[in-house]
Amino acid sequence: MNHKARRGGKLAAAMTMAAALGVTAACSSGGTAAEGTSSAAPAEKITLTLQTFGGGTNFGYKAAVEKWNAEHPDVQVKYTNLTDSFENVYWPQMLQWLQSGTGAGDVVGIDEGGMGLAKARPQFFTDLGQYGLNSRKADFPAWKWENGLTADGKLFALGTDVGGMSICYRADLFEKAGLPANRDEVSKLWSGGWDDFIKAGQNFQAKVKDAKFVDSVNTIYNVVLSQESAKNGNVTYFDRDQKLIAGTNPAVRTAFDLTQKISQAGLTAKLQNFTDPWNTGFVKSQFATLGCPGWMLGVVSGTAGDAFKGKWDVATVPGGGGNWGGSWLAVPKQSKHPKEAAELAGYLTGPEAQLMAFKEGGNLPSTLAAQDDPALQGATNPYFGDAPIGKIFGPSIKSLQPTFLGERHAQVKREVEQVITGMDQGSVPYAEAWDKFVAAGEKAAR
Amino acid sequence: MSVNTQPRRADPAPPERRPRAPRLTWSRFDVKAAPYLLISPYFLLFAVFGLFPLVFTLWVSLRDYGLAGGEATYTGLDNYAALLADADFWNAVVNTIGIFALATVPQLVLALLLANALNKRLRGRLLLRLGVLVPLVTSVVAVAVVFTQLYGRDYGLVNWLLDLLGLDRHIDWQSTRWSSWTAIATMVDWRWTGYNAIIYLAAMQTIPRQLYEAAAIDGASGRRQFWSITLPMIRPTVLFTVFVSTIGGLTLFAEPVMFAGNRMDGGTTGQFQTIAMYIVEQGFRNFDYGYAAAAAWLLFVLILLGVGLNYTLARRIGGSR
Repeated sequence: MNHKARRGGKLAAAMTMAAALGVTAACSSGGTAAEGTSSAAPAEKITLTLQTFGGGTNFGYKAAVEKWNAEHPDVQVKYTNLTDSFENVYWPQMLQWLQSGTGAGDVVGIDEGGMGLAKARPQFFTDLGQYGLNSRKADFPAWKWENGLTADGKLFALGTDVGGMSICYRADLFEKAGLPANRDEVSKLWSGGWDDFIKAGQNFQAKVKDAKFVDSVNTIYNVVLSQESAKNGNVTYFDRDQKLIAGTNPAVRTAFDLTQKISQAGLTAKLQNFTDPWNTGFVKSQFATLGCPGWMLGVVSGTAGDAFKGKWDVATVPGGGGNWGGSWLAVPKQSKHPKEAAELAGYLTGPEAQLMAFKEGGNLPSTLAAQDDPALQGATNPYFGDAPIGKIFGPSIKSLQPTFLGERHAQVKREVEQVITGMDQGSVPYAEAWDKFVAAGEKAAR
Repeated sequence: MSVNTQPRRADPAPPERRPRAPRLTWSRFDVKAAPYLLISPYFLLFAVFGLFPLVFTLWVSLRDYGLAGGEATYTGLDNYAALLADADFWNAVVNTIGIFALATVPQLVLALLLANALNKRLRGRLLLRLGVLVPLVTSVVAVAVVFTQLYGRDYGLVNWLLDLLGLDRHIDWQSTRWSSWTAIATMVDWRWTGYNAIIYLAAMQTIPRQLYEAAAIDGASGRRQFWSITLPMIRPTVLFTVFVSTIGGLTLFAEPVMFAGNRMDGGTTGQFQTIAMYIVEQGFRNFDYGYAAAAAWLLFVLILLGVGLNYTLARRIGGSR
């Protein structure tokens, strides 16, 4: 049995190689060759597990995986989205699986916040270069490619999406508040920057009582942080020597201060994103705007559901471009089918699958070919009132800059954002918030 | 007896000894080893799942042991020293003891009253007795999820009820210590009160009826009978439940974790982070395994202290007869 199975695996590998070379006819005839002779037993079916995270449509791979499964009857993909929350649930769980050598999928998603830690642990990941994926280098912007390399320069992860920014807003609530609801006019409303945004919020709040202007401090904080980071050497909590600079980096302070201002102005619904009350808030129309990196569009449409189709819309973000988020796909060493898994990761990060994910969830492609594709530039999103998302995100994504994230970024992010939420919800006094913020960061970085 | 006499009888005839020897050792094995063999499953399981983790945790706690590919270097008692100076750890200790006190005291009192009521002649007694066990059968996660919804800030049932009572201001149950502790304590109580009541009831059933009859003839009221007969007679059982709830209360984990939406930090300022949550946060969120192991050992010590203290307190229950 064992012997046969191993040979079957080898055969499957040979066949995928043949398929890759385009000799599909040879492949199928090989599979039906005389039974009983050990040389041509039918290839066994492989199931690859693809594990991702995120709310709503998360990675947006539904269509892409269906297409793969239809084309690869022998290598089926099981697509599981484990949880909404990367820092709190997915990443700790994934690291335990990696450490214990079992449990992780064949292809796993990693958020930018986890990449610092992942690249310092090449022992957990398959070197994708050995399966020929080094040839993909020219497909990606340099920063996206380089972040997928381990400390010793081996390719372990391929980039999925990037985090160009926008503001999602409820057109119907804007109308109710007597604000312009048309997306061009809304964009103009805060074209002067974040202070305009706050002013619009105050006007909104003066008219509307049962909804708040912003969902939480978290989304705005992260949008501003990534904008400011681009102006401050592309670092956030850690400098390039892995030294904690959360307390001294002006980007962090500016984002914090603006967040505090918005909270003090009473503009937030005091929710915390990616929690149950936040999800409920969408359905109960608790807030009118939130900071929307490309991938957030899928979270909004997936969480708010069809009842709010056409009520949500997308406007440009105040304060210029920034890069929030974006993920990578890696193949854990423990995968039993690394070759097929690498092939799947390559397929999912290819321009075609990226455009499918973009259509499904708004995840902005990281490959240059997909970014230039007319399908992207001319894309509209029916959920957001046919918003020309290609036009809104398109110009900014090519100029995105890489943000450097330290090894313990995810831990620090988790702790300091908790302080911001506490400040917004009232358990941390405004006057003490900054000191607590810095202290929480220091403790988590230790 | 008969087994023992056999070899003695065989003694005068030495040639016979040899063929009998195997049966002899077998019978000795039967008597001496079989009991150990029979109780061995527990001890083997305990060694694997109890003793080994305990010792391994101790070994880890003396090291700077990073999870996820880190190395382990011996650091002696550094982890313990750092923990004892760690305000967040003490915050977790205060929370744990606070929630424990808030949950356990009313729970055991309530269970006692409930058991006393169930011990009377009631219609549908069996059904009622089974009924109090129903909460225990529900999964703790389900309980926590439902209660978290009930205590929701914006759309929770509890706030809605408070609204009906004319309290206009919504309570953000998670944001302050007292409110979050209360919410968690009710989850614990809901689940465990019935369990303790059944244990008390079982103990009450063993009290001889004559005692009550004699007391009734002497003119003792129901309340007097409870204090003077029931409570002193079930004291060992009360002690047992106190132990079990002390251990359960000090290792409280699932309810507050679910209440915090699967986070380990127990609210924005750690207002309901228990020690168990702190251990998981350090070990599996910050990947500081050695530090977490040290915290686990301190928790062990704390439980020993708590059990000891509660033993001396609970021993006095109904003490003066």
